[in-house]
Amino acid sequence: MGLKDFFKNRKLKKQQNGSSIANGKPFVKNQTTISDDTLCALWTKCENCKELLYTNDLKKQSGICKHCDYHHRLRAQERIDLLIDYGTFIETDENIITADPLNFVDLKPYKERIKEACKEERKEAILTGIGMTNGFPLAIASMEFNFIGGSMGSVVGEKITRLVERAINKKLPLVIVSSSGGARMHEGILSLMQMAKTSSALQKLHDEKLLFISILTEPTFGGVTASFAMLGDILIAEPKARIGFAGRRVIEETIRQKLPKDFQTAEYLLENGQIDFICHRKNLKNTVSDLIRLHTQNQQLSEKDKKLVQENLLITL
Amino acid sequence: MKTNQKEIIPLDFEKPLLAISKQISELEQHASQNGNKKIVNDLKLQYEKVKAQIYKNIAPIDRVKIARHPQRPYPLDYIQAISPVWYELHGDRCGKDDCAIIGGLIEIDSQTVMVIATQKGRNIKENQKRNFGMPSPEGYRKALRLFYHAEKFNLPVLTLVDTPGAYPGLEAESHNQSHAIAVNLRELSGLTVPVIAIITGEGGSGGALGIGVANKVIMLENSVYSVISPEGCAAILWRTKDKATEAAKALKITAEDLYKLGVIDEIIPEVEGGAHYNPSEMSKTLLNVVKKHLNELKSLTREELKKDRQEKLRKMGVYLEV
Repeated sequence: MGLKDFFKNRKLKKQQNGSSIANGKPFVKNQTTISDDTLCALWTKCENCKELLYTNDLKKQSGICKHCDYHHRLRAQERIDLLIDYGTFIETDENIITADPLNFVDLKPYKERIKEACKEERKEAILTGIGMTNGFPLAIASMEFNFIGGSMGSVVGEKITRLVERAINKKLPLVIVSSSGGARMHEGILSLMQMAKTSSALQKLHDEKLLFISILTEPTFGGVTASFAMLGDILIAEPKARIGFAGRRVIEETIRQKLPKDFQTAEYLLENGQIDFICHRKNLKNTVSDLIRLHTQNQQLSEKDKKLVQENLLITL
Repeated sequence: MKTNQKEIIPLDFEKPLLAISKQISELEQHASQNGNKKIVNDLKLQYEKVKAQIYKNIAPIDRVKIARHPQRPYPLDYIQAISPVWYELHGDRCGKDDCAIIGGLIEIDSQTVMVIATQKGRNIKENQKRNFGMPSPEGYRKALRLFYHAEKFNLPVLTLVDTPGAYPGLEAESHNQSHAIAVNLRELSGLTVPVIAIITGEGGSGGALGIGVANKVIMLENSVYSVISPEGCAAILWRTKDKATEAAKALKITAEDLYKLGVIDEIIPEVEGGAHYNPSEMSKTLLNVVKKHLNELKSLTREELKKDRQEKLRKMGVYLEV
């Protein structure tokens, strides 16, 4: 018997007896029925194996299904909690918010879409800041897929660019965790230009010989993959994450044939030489800090830069 | 009306004009017999009026149609018209020559210029070879190799863009389309030679940007440049491809819109109806614009050129700070 059946039976019993079995439990608002919303909040169905998981447990497991090891999407903040030492994260550029330069209206005005999306946790599809991973200071960006598909508009482009500039000024390694459907159509050509802007900023980082680790998570597509996400010195993907340029449906329509099942998964990319390795979420933090150590301990720095790096250990902005 | 060697295929929005011009030519044949010249003259006046009206306010979706017109001059036509020499350089040096992207050496005012362009085909056979102007990763890597070549020999880079977009295919994905484009964006922004990009037809998203990061970005009057095709956008946001007209309007894809948004530096005017009505005139105008910008950029040092490009890109985007 699955958990769903259990709940169904319980609901039925309740209706028959008129008594509340779940009496005394704090999460039951209305004692006679449990609303679907409450159920959804309490339980999460694994996207891969469809097993029901207790949401709190899933959160404790960093979104990894205990049955099939599937890595569920993490919110931007959850990702920071996973990778950054507790209490060391300082958010940057949180004052940049979305404008509507084209006055874009499709079935709904873009302004309304933003308003709706803002009701959730974040005000944009990205969270940037500075923090420490196992004691190593770094600049980090984490994308929020729940905000209009994690799409890149002017704000995402600007915040990434500023983060890259900060990394250059402070001689910090950079980590960007991507999760995005691509460029944001509602900002038209300006979102396309963010691809060029972020890549140009990374060109400077490249010149400065600073480390950039790009972590690709489910899903990373379009304009984000075709700009900063693929420009990492080290490219890491999470297991089974879908990563690509064009969407599966577009490709199937273009070439008029079915694509292999594992097409555009992290494993497929690894086989085709597109990423360095796949990393289980449990090991991600240690992997990032190891890579930073391995890439910085041979670095030859000027006295001035050495001082900067020392300062970074105090994380002052 | 046109005495061009080839008959121009009219677009839907030009059909009213075609009807009148047909009437005129029919009447003219009879006019010589009846001497009824007044009607012909009236019609001619009306023709001019309708023409002015039609071409004054071309809807964004009609600009898309002009940009995709099968008789519109393609980059290779311009290349051959503006330069006495053309040495095409082939191949990405890693196993393939993608013909959707062409590149090579030309000469403008006794200055060698590296041209890189996307190229569509004129017929089925040519389109098979050129994949309808949709480049594969190998094409972008060929372009990258030629950017480095230009950097080595201090050659200004001129890119001509006319592509529906980067090819969305199985092989393109497995050969890492996104990486090929991303690297081009990064490396183009770091070049220390002048880069001029001209959108001559369709500027299809990342596929266009992959060779379109430049000191000067210029568009022909009837070209379009967009993050997604109007059809693709309509299919996603309106959930039907029929709303492409609305999408084209909302996306702001015409040269005029992009100029207002500060994304491009100049609009090159076309002859009435579009470049395909007079390709040779168009080539001359294009050449003059290229010469003008090459001269302007000459005054910058190599480091300044790179800085100029990066500062320009840095300003892209509209957001609020609170």
